[in-house]
Amino acid sequence: MLNASLKQLAHQLAARKISSIELTEIFLERIKTLNKDLNAFITVNEEMSLDQARAADKMISSGQVQPLTGIPVAQKDIFCAKGWLTTCGSKMLSNFVSPYDATIIERFNQAGAVIIGKTNMDEFAMGSSNETSYYGPVKNPWDISAVPGGSSGGSACAVAARMAPAATATDTGGSIRQPAALCGISGIKPTYGLVSRYGMIAFASSLDQAGPMAKSAEDLALLMNVMAGFDARDSTSMQRQTEDYSRDLEKPLDRLRIGLPKEYFAKGMNHDVASAVEAAIAEYRKLGATIVEVSLPNTKLSIPVYYVLAPAEASSNLSRFDGVRYGYRAPQYSDLEDMYKKTRAQGFGAEVKRRILIGTYVLSHGYYDAYYLQAQKLRRLIANDFTEAFKQCDVIMGPTTPAVAFDFGEKSDDPIQMYLSDIYTSATNLAGLPGMSIPVGFGDKNRPVGLHIVGNYFREAQMLNIAHQYQQVTDWHLRAPERLPVA
Amino acid sequence: MQWEIVIGLEIHAQLSTRSKIFSGASTAYGAQPNTQACGIDIALPGVLPVLNYGAVERAVKFGVAVGAKINSPSIFARKNYFYPDLPKGYQISQYEIPVVEGGSIKIQVGDAEKTVRLTRAHLEEDAGKSLHEDFHGMSGIDLNRAGTPLLEIVSEPDMRSSTEAVAYAKALHTLVRWTGICDGNMQEGSFRCDANVSVRPRGTETLGTRCEIKNLNSFRFLEKAIDFEARRQIEILEEGGHIRQETRLYDAQRDETRTMRSKEDAHDYRYFPDPDLLPLAISEEWIEQIKASLPELPEVRRHRYIRDFGLTNYDAGVLTSAREMADYFEMTVKQLPMQAKLCANWIMGDVSGRLNKENIEITQCPVSPGQLAGLLLRISDGTISGKSAKDVFESMWQGEQGGDADAIIAAKGLKQISDDSEIERLIDEVLATFPQQVADYRSGKEKAFNSLVGQVMKATKGKANPGQVNSILKKKLE
Repeated sequence: MLNASLKQLAHQLAARKISSIELTEIFLERIKTLNKDLNAFITVNEEMSLDQARAADKMISSGQVQPLTGIPVAQKDIFCAKGWLTTCGSKMLSNFVSPYDATIIERFNQAGAVIIGKTNMDEFAMGSSNETSYYGPVKNPWDISAVPGGSSGGSACAVAARMAPAATATDTGGSIRQPAALCGISGIKPTYGLVSRYGMIAFASSLDQAGPMAKSAEDLALLMNVMAGFDARDSTSMQRQTEDYSRDLEKPLDRLRIGLPKEYFAKGMNHDVASAVEAAIAEYRKLGATIVEVSLPNTKLSIPVYYVLAPAEASSNLSRFDGVRYGYRAPQYSDLEDMYKKTRAQGFGAEVKRRILIGTYVLSHGYYDAYYLQAQKLRRLIANDFTEAFKQCDVIMGPTTPAVAFDFGEKSDDPIQMYLSDIYTSATNLAGLPGMSIPVGFGDKNRPVGLHIVGNYFREAQMLNIAHQYQQVTDWHLRAPERLPVA
Repeated sequence: MQWEIVIGLEIHAQLSTRSKIFSGASTAYGAQPNTQACGIDIALPGVLPVLNYGAVERAVKFGVAVGAKINSPSIFARKNYFYPDLPKGYQISQYEIPVVEGGSIKIQVGDAEKTVRLTRAHLEEDAGKSLHEDFHGMSGIDLNRAGTPLLEIVSEPDMRSSTEAVAYAKALHTLVRWTGICDGNMQEGSFRCDANVSVRPRGTETLGTRCEIKNLNSFRFLEKAIDFEARRQIEILEEGGHIRQETRLYDAQRDETRTMRSKEDAHDYRYFPDPDLLPLAISEEWIEQIKASLPELPEVRRHRYIRDFGLTNYDAGVLTSAREMADYFEMTVKQLPMQAKLCANWIMGDVSGRLNKENIEITQCPVSPGQLAGLLLRISDGTISGKSAKDVFESMWQGEQGGDADAIIAAKGLKQISDDSEIERLIDEVLATFPQQVADYRSGKEKAFNSLVGQVMKATKGKANPGQVNSILKKKLE
């Protein structure tokens, strides 16, 4: 059951070979065994999960079955879920039980899925190693001395360690794809506007996008079918026809044109990562794809642009955490100003504070034009690069990260090095494009390597097809960490 | 030195939508604290704003009414600052590109007409309310008002006296109520004024340093605050001092303005486009539709009343100060087209006076325009005297005889005797009874005529039509 695909689980449930209660218990048991060491979950609530499982079993017995009915899904703790502690990895929300459901949660609930727990993450999704979580870092299940990536490290770890069949995640600069790569699983960040942001605690509104994590592209497609869709409560949500993201999975790739950005392969990529990626590309050639060289000259600017825009938006988005209405409030203060200062000084961690400071600075009078406006112009140029590239190819491929998972503490004192983990991923957020990562082998210290696939706007079905075809002829996605710690 | 006062106003008009500008919560006034604040208004983690297009429609309505440019797109921006009644830590407003740009409004000062230019009008959300009393040393926060839609209307510094500023504020007040975009209730804060005041030596062009006066919630306070502030600034300048640019608060009880915060303490609001809201696009078609739905505007009506009904500028101005009053006038005059002045006098006089006494609106007037026209008809055709008409009106107000003027006149026997033969008969009797007076008149004593009229009126208990009595008597005596 632990290694089964979502389709297999759905069959088992539909055939009454297993009930949702039993399935949920299996994963709860697994979490109980592993979570102490891996720290993938912030909150597990057996009672609430089993209530949902019970309801799912009723749906199944009454014949109201949808593809995910009765299947446990781990929810990133950035999504508000009614009755669940929703912390966003922060002390600031360490006492916040959400009174409402995010649209994503609503959609999974309507699909009959079971929330198996809320996954750990970098505080307010700010981080690439999960070391900024107030709840302590998540460990990489392949090697517990390595980071799982971030910010969706808990979700990636949960799927990789088979503590959940699938998980939700969010991606502002790479937070789905980087941890997916580092944990050897599949993850997709859809086109901006495809998945509702309502109820997803905002980091950088113009970049944030939710997406699924799973073992395979086939599973991701089923999850996308639940997650994607217009939501009137999110003004940036895209009004489009609903699609079946599984529809193109089996298409052959013989007419596929893969673009390889020459800038990515020139320098900066570690040798182990490069050889795994090159092997994957070779596999695609075998599948009939043609390779073209493309150029993304401005993507080198994406980290500086990202680290102006994302903190700018974050500095404003995080203003609501002021100790007045909910969440953490400093226990002692002399007046209002002091209450604000102490609450925010105590409630936020160092990385969050760093980004609030950067964001406040770049929006300040006299600096706005030089930083914020300039970054917005460059953002346009970065997006234009992709538009040009997509005239020559259908998808763009490269490594998801420049290196395999690093060790704890290796980059935590050097924010710039940490930020460079997202060098290949953040450009797609700036452009609003969909991107995904699939496992394509192992590098140094036998740690996973991810292949980054960037599609054109709303080409998720095509990207899933491309990933699925690869996964039909390789088995990297079926590998699970063999020596998991046992309690 | 002769000083010139320069005034610009910023007016916040609360738009008359039933729900808030970015959430579905009600905007109704006076509910229990925090009962009309939903998750979006209290800024729960993860919530997002969704624009209420009713607010946009009202902003556009205002824009076309003042002949402004409607920007498409306009941009919502975040104005960042911390305050407990500002739940998100920022206010969603419009900064660089407002929905309404330019335009102008005509004001009446005495008999002169003046044009005040508008800089812009932009959409924004209101904050909540901090309640500093009765909380055992703590402050209470009521977020019912948070997210209420506002249109901030900014004028150019085109006014030169407190009288002009009040005339402008009143004209705007009339316009927003007239077009139905704001209820204009100043007590409830639906229409709030801030004034930017500076002074300069008369004849110079450069603007002096200005002070912004906040919290002017009546036209009287607006006038008094400007007068105080201008005097204050002139005194400082005449003593060789300098004006500090600052925000000042008007204290109505002491009738003075005092420093709230100086420019140095001004916040850096770190405005930037709100990434949760798309640029606001407004199609030409929609603008045209809104334009077509506009009622005839007060200014246009005022001119029409002068032109078509021969009313004075003043009368036309009073009647068009509120659409309800203008409508009442039109419905009345429709039935008495040749008696516009009579209609105007009665509505501005007896009707308004009675409404004020009862403190009710003209829409609640117990005497309908049709009923009033019935009364005025009987004045104009001589059936009753002007004096009796006031009694009839009071009876109509009380609802006697179903408010029908003719029925009341009949019931009270107030009908004037206007029948020539009846009056002739009465005169003949009087002439026969008072031969001495007849002789006096004929011998040239004019006074005797009045005495005879008096006798006729006495005989009829004042009901004879005095005009007719005069002319018939004169004829008889010739």
